[in-house]
Amino acid sequence: MSILGFTTHQIKEKFLAGEAKPSEITSQLFQRIKSLEPKIQSFITLSEEEALKDAARIDKKIERREKLGLLAGIPVAIKDNICTKNILTTCASKILKNFVPPYDAFVVKRLKEEDAIIVGKTNLDEFAMGSSTENSGFKVTRNPWNLDRVPGGSSGGSAAAVAADLSYMSLGSETGGSVRQPAALCGVVGIKPTYGRVSRYGLVAFGSSLDQVGTVTKDVKDAALLMQVIAGYDAQDSTSSQTPVPNYADGIDNGVKGLRVGIPKEYFAGGLNADVAASVKEALKTYERLGAKILEISLPHTEYAVAVYYIVANAEASSNLARYDGVRYGYRTSDSSGIVDMYSRTRAEAFGSEVKRRIMLGNYALSSGYYDAYYLKASKVRTLIKTDFDTAFEKVDCVICPTSPMPAFKIGERANNPLEMYLSDIYTIPANLAGIPGISLPCGFSKEGLPIGMQILARHFEEQKLLQIAFAFERETDFHLKKPAL
Amino acid sequence: MSFTYKDVEYIASLSRIKISGDEKEVFVHQLGDILSYIEKLNTINTDGVQPMSHTVEVSNVFREDTLKPSISRADAQQTAPSIMGAFFKVPKVIE
Repeated sequence: MSILGFTTHQIKEKFLAGEAKPSEITSQLFQRIKSLEPKIQSFITLSEEEALKDAARIDKKIERREKLGLLAGIPVAIKDNICTKNILTTCASKILKNFVPPYDAFVVKRLKEEDAIIVGKTNLDEFAMGSSTENSGFKVTRNPWNLDRVPGGSSGGSAAAVAADLSYMSLGSETGGSVRQPAALCGVVGIKPTYGRVSRYGLVAFGSSLDQVGTVTKDVKDAALLMQVIAGYDAQDSTSSQTPVPNYADGIDNGVKGLRVGIPKEYFAGGLNADVAASVKEALKTYERLGAKILEISLPHTEYAVAVYYIVANAEASSNLARYDGVRYGYRTSDSSGIVDMYSRTRAEAFGSEVKRRIMLGNYALSSGYYDAYYLKASKVRTLIKTDFDTAFEKVDCVICPTSPMPAFKIGERANNPLEMYLSDIYTIPANLAGIPGISLPCGFSKEGLPIGMQILARHFEEQKLLQIAFAFERETDFHLKKPAL
Repeated sequence: MSFTYKDVEYIASLSRIKISGDEKEVFVHQLGDILSYIEKLNTINTDGVQPMSHTVEVSNVFREDTLKPSISRADAQQTAPSIMGAFFKVPKVIE
């Protein structure tokens, strides 16, 4: 295995032992990107020059034995809907194709404070709206395990880059599963933190009551490390939580003896791929063997989650995306008569179909005469979905279920049927609606050799427990060590 | 409830998105399908249920109104499509 195949915690040890240097691994990384990126297409923008400069600076810090940040010299990729000062941030949309933010997102500032190296900006579904990264306004990212398959979405570029060893770790974002689902489809680890755990400052807004920045890493220990860097209070986000941040690595190897694991019967019903079902059931046997108690539970409103989500998320999106009007930044049409015509042509020319559909759906749900029937109704059912989890967590310590109903699907297979695409998020959306944290980790492979992921969900702010439960499984298995043949 | 061409035109105009005839044809079916899927919410009784706006308890957060540095005007105007001095320039607003 090349040095690029190591995890972040392994490479950190090599830096300290003098067996590797940030500048060496960074230049090797860009060589690998040059040879593989034409096949995978995980990045929109690469920041090679700046990365090599930063790596040389961290080399010196290590040589001089200066105090090092938690991610000193580690190349990290960032989803292109997270603002990076002086680096293009497009949201994979033509409307922002020339947008260079004058500020860093909170999470980017934190990465820099901890001496991380920014590799570049990863591809996504335009404005994070999609489950396959096919909705990007620029390119289609391919799954490193099978180039004819999607990497999942919307953080498909972030997941594919980590799976293909084109970055040691990456940041993604979730509104309805956009970190966990691509992590599952690409065979890597993804965390959606509790709503409010990570600042949204500088994350381009989609559905503000759902959006969270998340982590994509090669294993669970790396997830703990990246969470440590990005979690915490930020006065610039009005919904940022002041709940103290624990040391996420503490107790990670405490195991699962006596843990009560809830299995929601609704998640193993119709529509679940047989290979996925078999892998998750096998994983549950592993947990049982490790001393956990498996209990069947019910989350009765699960089947309504997708409908609630597509009202709530799109209503919020229709308001958030009203700012793209061709005035202060981004694209403006070259041909218009008057201001309203300028808005309408600008948005028509620069938004892709999925974004248009969602804005229109959101505006419909909020429009006069329909508000009560759609938005208000959905907000009430959202309360019932959260109550389902509250009730479940009185009996169990965590919930385990598949992350995605199927392994990576073929490029183009679902692209023309938006509703069918929406239904591929059925297992991830409930956690976003309830605001609870979730982790997806590799738990098997399909007959065709595609990765399968399972997710673990817990109560608000229990990320540390999720890491402990996930690590107990990971150290018993080797799914996370398998690499795609590229 | 059926979703009509008129509905598509109306919400496209509310959304400030100019749509072509072809798009109208596609959207009327796709949005109609999605909305009829969403109709399933009406099968649940939500009498007495509070609508959710926040998943985690939040309350108003206050701070002192003190002067702090912010992004410079030049930086804020840097990627604007059209500016004039300190202003963003737009097409004619009042006919």
